Amino acid sequence: MKHIKTINKADLKASAEKGGCGKCQASCQSACKTSCTVANQKCEREA
Amino acid sequence: MIHKFKLSGYNILLDVNSNGVHIIDDLTYDLLDYVEPPFEAECPAEIVDKLKDSYPEEDIRDVYSEIVELYNDKILFSEDDYEKFAETAIASPIKSMCLHVSHDCNLRCDYCFAATGDFGTGRKLMTFETGKKAIDFLLRESAGRKNLELDFFGGEPLMNFDVVKQIVEYAREEEKKVGKTIRFTITTNGMLLTEDKMDFINNEMSNVVLSIDGRKEVNDRMRKRVDGRGSYDRIIENFKKFVPMRGDKDYYVRGTYTKYNLDFSEDVIHLYEQGFEQISVEPVMAPPEMPYAITEEDLPKIFEEYERLSKRIREILDSGKFINFFHFMLDLEAGPCAIKRLKGCGCGNEYVAISPEGDIYPCHQFVGMEEYKMGNLDDGTFNKDMKKEFAGAHVYSKPECRKCWAKFFCSGGCNANNYIYCGDIHKSHKLSCEIQRKRLECAIMMQAVKLLDKAE
Ligand code: SF4
Ligand code: SF4
Ligand code: SF4
Repeated sequence: MKHIKTINKADLKASAEKGGCGKCQASCQSACKTSCTVANQKCEREA
Repeated sequence: MIHKFKLSGYNILLDVNSNGVHIIDDLTYDLLDYVEPPFEAECPAEIVDKLKDSYPEEDIRDVYSEIVELYNDKILFSEDDYEKFAETAIASPIKSMCLHVSHDCNLRCDYCFAATGDFGTGRKLMTFETGKKAIDFLLRESAGRKNLELDFFGGEPLMNFDVVKQIVEYAREEEKKVGKTIRFTITTNGMLLTEDKMDFINNEMSNVVLSIDGRKEVNDRMRKRVDGRGSYDRIIENFKKFVPMRGDKDYYVRGTYTKYNLDFSEDVIHLYEQGFEQISVEPVMAPPEMPYAITEEDLPKIFEEYERLSKRIREILDSGKFINFFHFMLDLEAGPCAIKRLKGCGCGNEYVAISPEGDIYPCHQFVGMEEYKMGNLDDGTFNKDMKKEFAGAHVYSKPECRKCWAKFFCSGGCNANNYIYCGDIHKSHKLSCEIQRKRLECAIMMQAVKLLDKAE
């Protein structure tokens, strides 16, 4: 494409079908704790 | 839903529901003001008319086709069909715990939400007995979950370090019996960090959070000792010794910025120059009448500062060195599943905090709020209805989040801040949201540029 460069192949839809196992870490978004956005967490689902 | 923004000379387009990110030219940027599904086979004449004074007609038609192609590929204007997953985690086990081993502190930081360490309820240390019960509770309530987390928190947890050690030892025995692993972490202000404590922490804790605000004058203005002197000199020395000793184990230094240091990128860089690579510096949350509180009028300055910081971090990375600023961490290619993104912290549902008295709260920020006490370890009470209420707090039950482009990165913000500043865990705290969205724009831009460079 000339005008639009797609950067990532993120497939959030597919992740929903297989996801939700809850194996990953909890993430506090508040200033007093980790203050991570969820988006930087690692998925720990066993394939 | 889409979100587009201009930053550092790039036009960025996010497709909210697929998480697809695109870098676009000016024409595409402008044309997106006029289109949304359903699409026609050809670019409608009235749209061409709107833009033809600024761009060649042929290009306008091309862009329209590109947009339609991406729409058909479901990475632009894709549908939000995750709501059906939002209520699935109602009966989640508890996998994460914050243990307030010390409601006492040896610093008197002006902005402390724990009211100088005692959470407004008096100075108190947790006993080993209560700690044991907390471990039993976690191992039991985590049901089938194998990987658990426990953070030693305060006040200042090093003021009750013997109990910390006993609890870890007890937990190591108990976890084996049920085939689980507890990942320990500790949050400390560093004042009491002696070598033997460092050794213990390095052996047992997978992450440590080291509190320091940045430049000496910035740190010492807020993070004061009981007698009013600053804490910088002592803690910087301790942290500098401690971090290399951790080897490849995680740590991060974390600071708070306030109205007094809206040039906080200087503090991030200061910490970097002291040899720390894992850095988190975040806005203070405080009632607006406090002199150090961040208020709406500070936002333009803060936004500029995040842009400046993103530039400085890119320079460091481009020079082949390493720095990781927590708020800019983002994984655009993988990252957690959509379901995880509907509800960030899991507070009150997957995560609880335990006070020194053994009272159970949804998270560390709710500790001491009588109306949010969920139960007690001694009398065995635990309010499952309140757990359900928290399980139901996700991006679809929070009206502002539903409409927000950042929802799958932010996951609905902080329930505690919502309650403290807006009176309801479902009501988004606007100031936090504004800052969150700006940080995310910077983070998305940085990742997009990185991936673009890699591809070229
Ligand atoms: S481990 Fe992965 S799939 Fe499982 S809930 Fe977490 S992000 Fe989703
Ligand atoms: S930025 Fe605010 S409105 Fe948007 S998802 Fe986060 S908490 Fe909700
Ligand atoms: S409610 Fe706020 S402070 Fe509590 S765990 Fe969630 S994000 Fe963190």
